[in-house]
Amino acid sequence: MSLSLILVVVLALGAMAYWLGRSRGAAMVVAGGHRIGAVHSLPGYHGAWVALLALAPALVVLAGWAIVGEGVVTGQVLAAVPQDVRPVTPLDTSAFMNEVRGLAAGDIAAAFNPAAEAVAPQYRAIRGNYNLMVGALALALFAIGGLWAFSQVRPDFRARNRVERVVKWGLVLASVVAILTTFGIVMSLIFESIRFFQMVSPVEFLFGTKWSPQTAIRADQVGSSGAFGAVPLFWGTIFIGAIIAMIVAIPLGLMAAIYMTQYADARVRRVVKPMLELLAGVPTVVYGFFAALTVAPAVRNFAVSIGIADASAESALAAGLVMGIMIIPFVSSMADDALTAVPQAMRDGSLAMGATKSETVKKVLVPAALPGIVGGVLLAVSRAIGETMIVVMAAGLAANLTLNPFSSVTTVTAQIVALLTGDQEFDSPKTLSAFALGLVLFVITLLLNIYALAVVKKYREAYE
Amino acid sequence: MTDIPARQADGNSAPMAHNVPVAAGRAAEAVTTKMTARDVNVFYGAKQALKNVSIDVSRENVTAFIGPSGCGKSTFLRCFNRMNDTVDSAQVSGRIQLDGKDIYSPDMDVVQLRARVGMVFQKPNPFPKSIYENIAYGPRIHGLARAKPDLDIIVESSLRRAGLWDEAKDRLNESGTAMSGGQQQRLCIARAIAVDPEVILMDEPCSALDPIATAKIEELIDELRGKYAIVIVTHNMQQAARVSQKTAFFHLGSMVEYGDTSMIFTNPVQTRTKDYITGRYG
Ligand SMILES: Nc1ncnc2c1ncn2[C@@H]1O[C@H](COP(=O)(O)OP(=O)(O)O)[C@@H](O)[C@H]1O
Ligand SMILES: [Mg+2]
Repeated sequence: MSLSLILVVVLALGAMAYWLGRSRGAAMVVAGGHRIGAVHSLPGYHGAWVALLALAPALVVLAGWAIVGEGVVTGQVLAAVPQDVRPVTPLDTSAFMNEVRGLAAGDIAAAFNPAAEAVAPQYRAIRGNYNLMVGALALALFAIGGLWAFSQVRPDFRARNRVERVVKWGLVLASVVAILTTFGIVMSLIFESIRFFQMVSPVEFLFGTKWSPQTAIRADQVGSSGAFGAVPLFWGTIFIGAIIAMIVAIPLGLMAAIYMTQYADARVRRVVKPMLELLAGVPTVVYGFFAALTVAPAVRNFAVSIGIADASAESALAAGLVMGIMIIPFVSSMADDALTAVPQAMRDGSLAMGATKSETVKKVLVPAALPGIVGGVLLAVSRAIGETMIVVMAAGLAANLTLNPFSSVTTVTAQIVALLTGDQEFDSPKTLSAFALGLVLFVITLLLNIYALAVVKKYREAYE
Repeated sequence: MTDIPARQADGNSAPMAHNVPVAAGRAAEAVTTKMTARDVNVFYGAKQALKNVSIDVSRENVTAFIGPSGCGKSTFLRCFNRMNDTVDSAQVSGRIQLDGKDIYSPDMDVVQLRARVGMVFQKPNPFPKSIYENIAYGPRIHGLARAKPDLDIIVESSLRRAGLWDEAKDRLNESGTAMSGGQQQRLCIARAIAVDPEVILMDEPCSALDPIATAKIEELIDELRGKYAIVIVTHNMQQAARVSQKTAFFHLGSMVEYGDTSMIFTNPVQTRTKDYITGRYG
């Protein structure tokens, strides 16, 4: 009997438990003559309460077994393997058990390891026994919980309040899971970074200007001692995401927002605004190949035509331009919100003084909306520096510390991708440096976001 | 001009008439017609908000528009500086003249019109700039000051006229929005005065203020009377009685009665006016 079958049975029984509880509740309502107060909770709440008490313990047992079961079974099976052929390393054990499982399930006909063939029937038997036991336990708990809850179904039983409380805790659990996951990711970033900083000093990492993460595999190799000065990466990230992209995105996004909020009539706005927001939905990889195939060659040709002979095919400018375009809808929608939040009275006041539309925009609306706009721009920057596809495809991997927009630069995200793709040992400084880079990126975007949201919030309050 | 109300100032039916003597009340001195409106209709989309309203506004007097809310007072007031142009759905027809010139004609520049006809709104709306910059806003836009000293003079004299100089002179660089509501409204009046307009329109300027601030604004209006033609919308009849010499009563988009304030409040001709004055509705 497989676990999934047991699960299906339990769930079906759960549906039945709901129906039973509900029917009994409905019968009480009829008996009470449909008066308000005769029965505290609606039949559905009684049904839900019965189903909950029946299902919850059974599901906990099944889930617990699904997590620890394989380990228990593996331990027993391995104990049955003769000492001399028993696998030792985790890798061998895992390969061995894969074969055993394959044989037991009938997915493979013969095994590479004869010892595996020998224990396959045992595996099947042990597994089957345990599943049966667990299944029986789950059903027993189901019955106990269900019957107890069913016996509680009485007119004055407050099933509604209990179900509501369970719903609340279910929702709390969901948000806790989300938070814990984030927390776990951050912790793993931090731990791996600590391992990295045991090999490379944080000072060298944060302030060094030479980035060349290849380390020697053999002692006699030359030229690849490994240098982990990340400043060129930080510079490349800022150059592309916070400078070039923003030079494109801020004016265009702001002007689009001004047009949309102040000039466009309602019909145009209804059509153009969603179109602009659609831009934000384009997958970044599409922007990536637009950058790599269209913009980058054009930028190089332009560079050559103005006399920069050694212009590279990948350039900060190409990546930054496309990233700026990608960010436009983001900036414009934040600026749009900020401008719309400026009270109409402000605009009327200016127009009534005889100011033109553009004077009103320039002298009253934009200054009044400035905090909101700045907040939006900071959020946009934090998005841009975390953006990966475009820079991977169009910025290059050369860690140049340069002010020349036509030269190739690299960014934190592009390097992380380069460091972690392909087969890697997970204990070399080269690989671990990716985590340190990730941590820096995370901290910077986090701070940017917190600050930007605080600015935006304060601004909103100003016009409450 | 069939439905100009009965109590329109005597002999004043010719739109361009200047120096028409008026018989009654405080408005006994000679008055000059500053603005005239003839057969003004305003539609918001298909909905008519103003029906055939005609009125003469004199330079020397404060003219009050009263009536229950939603009757079109603000709509009418906003016709005088073409603020309805900023409302997409609004359609204005009829004739409105400033010193005999049609303000809706193509050769009337709306920027100049609004410099000549200033406006103060219901809710104080100083710009989120310093007090100084709030006042300097209009003069800058219209190029009235050549250099900073000129501007300083304008700012000071505007604040003085608005009775705000003593309270504001030490905090000219603080934000206008940091002032109290009453101060903000006087700042808005000072801002309107700064471009030296001929007419000032006020749309319920005290409705967001406490009684003390209201009294100060009313005092200020009284001081400004004669220097500017003032039109004030108010839902407060005592206020209309206190500050105005002429009163127009609006109801359901029509102007029911227009005449000397003293007469409107003591001896109205129309029963609808009487009902409103005596608090039967509104
Ligand atoms: N921008 C607008 N769009 C549509 N209808 C409006 C608009 N402004 C005012 N109205 C309508 O016109 C009528 C007159 O409004 P208003 O002039 O503001 O009245 P009052 O100032 O006397 O209270 C009201 O019925 C109001 O609903
Ligand atoms: Mg109004």
